[in-house]
Amino acid sequence: MMNRRFFIEKGTLAAMTALVGVDLVFGANLPKGYTPLALQDPDPFQLFSKDNRMSVLNNKPWNIEAKAHLLDDKVTPNKFMFIRNNGIIPENIDAKTWTLTIDGESVRTKRTYSLEQLKTQFKQHTYQLTLECGGNGRSEFDPPAKGNQWTIGAVSCANWTGVRLKDVLIDAGIKDDAVYIGYHAADIHLSRNPEKEPISRGAPISKALQDETLLAFQMNGDDIPIAHGYPLRLVAGGWPASVSGKWINRISIRNKEHDGAKMGGSSYRIPCKPVGPGEKVADEEMCIIESMPVKSLITYPMSGAILNKGKSLNIRGHAWAGELEVTKMEYSIDFGSTWKICTLEKPKNRLAWQHFSATIDFPKEGYYEVWARATDSQGKAQPMLLPGWNPKGYLNNACHRIAIKIA
Amino acid sequence: MDKENLSKGIRGTYRVIIIICSLIVIIAIGSIYFFGTADTELVPIDQEKDSKEIVNGVHLKTGFVEAPGMQETITNCTSCHSSQLVIQNRMNAQNWKATIDWMQETQNLWDLGDNEAVIIDYLVKNYPPTSKGRRAGLTNVRWYELKQ
Repeated sequence: MMNRRFFIEKGTLAAMTALVGVDLVFGANLPKGYTPLALQDPDPFQLFSKDNRMSVLNNKPWNIEAKAHLLDDKVTPNKFMFIRNNGIIPENIDAKTWTLTIDGESVRTKRTYSLEQLKTQFKQHTYQLTLECGGNGRSEFDPPAKGNQWTIGAVSCANWTGVRLKDVLIDAGIKDDAVYIGYHAADIHLSRNPEKEPISRGAPISKALQDETLLAFQMNGDDIPIAHGYPLRLVAGGWPASVSGKWINRISIRNKEHDGAKMGGSSYRIPCKPVGPGEKVADEEMCIIESMPVKSLITYPMSGAILNKGKSLNIRGHAWAGELEVTKMEYSIDFGSTWKICTLEKPKNRLAWQHFSATIDFPKEGYYEVWARATDSQGKAQPMLLPGWNPKGYLNNACHRIAIKIA
Repeated sequence: MDKENLSKGIRGTYRVIIIICSLIVIIAIGSIYFFGTADTELVPIDQEKDSKEIVNGVHLKTGFVEAPGMQETITNCTSCHSSQLVIQNRMNAQNWKATIDWMQETQNLWDLGDNEAVIIDYLVKNYPPTSKGRRAGLTNVRWYELKQ
């Protein structure tokens, strides 16, 4: 018989006591060298080819994030790429019969393309594109914000191959009054009501027409994994990843701001004017998030490293700044009293994250935290404290830090 | 057996139970101390078990804390999304209510009737917000020797 399992968090006292019962009851099922994330049926790690050190936040819909040290690769492999789903992954996907329709008030001619037509009629491009969930870091906001409690791992930068959205939109024809595009996709609403879309977001026409905005069919040289939008998805680097719709079958060229699911209310919006923590904000006072803010992660070493006195520590990581470039990367080992410059590479292409590294010498034995701070091309740096509170807990770009002990 | 012996017998049984429970708590705390890791851990629980099974105050099938209103919460709040989405959130009564309203307006959640107050009461009592301040310290750091 299928032995179905799922997980509860071992964090609260109540859940910790539950662990006791679980350990006693199922101790025999636990493999040697057990990593507690290793078992689940359906096992998401096996199902989505994810590393079992990833954190499952939610199994319906699937929401899985990485940890800082798992994101050490320059180009994020699938096994360490976060999953953020709003609905149920489409069932019975057939790439051979898959089509993409371009419609909307502002299309000159409604057109439908097969996947094969997209691949052969338009020039293909590959870019490294940073995708970060708008709610990455939500778990730190006070008062807490509603939704999946992402820590720091809902970000990736993979190689995406596809055709330019602009080439396809131009082929169908864009009327002069076009202002926005909105996507529609094959995923299924959690209520399984076929009338409802789990998510249907989009971007202003200017973002849609950027060279790097792709209709992608490959990730890291292979077909896109199913959880990431096979067989066709949008990739709009530098913006909340919800703009990069998965399992896309229709794109509407709109003569107004797109009004699909999760475009309105407080979804992917922040207060137009800053508000105090916990303040109520009327829907009409909320503005759509566009470019993501400057941010960075120390991906090596993993937090908690113990070094012998006299040894230097090499750190490395990535930094990104939405539509902008990161122009300065610094670290501090004295809680921000002094900052030292890191070596910072240029991005592989626009909207790709940038790699940084530094060699740190510690003055004496003891406990340290290495804090990392990126600054963008407009001079904006990451805050050490949480940035402005917002009702849905978006855009937390506070400095990442790791703990180090010199023994 | 007279009444006095019977109550002695019961007291003896209780002592054994108390000793066993204490051992379990000590082992649990010990295993968390020695094997706990830096980040939130997830532990497997068995969905094939009786759906009503409660172990140490937690409903095994969903992970919900056992308290008045749990069954109403399971029935109304886990048919579309997982219990994990509820459990990872912390809100006051006003915001749990706003979340229910949002799901009714946009996500096809039905009218909860009298159960709404029961569910909100359950959620706010068992999953209330806690103050984290402007930036929390690093906690649960798992120390290791770095070889580089």
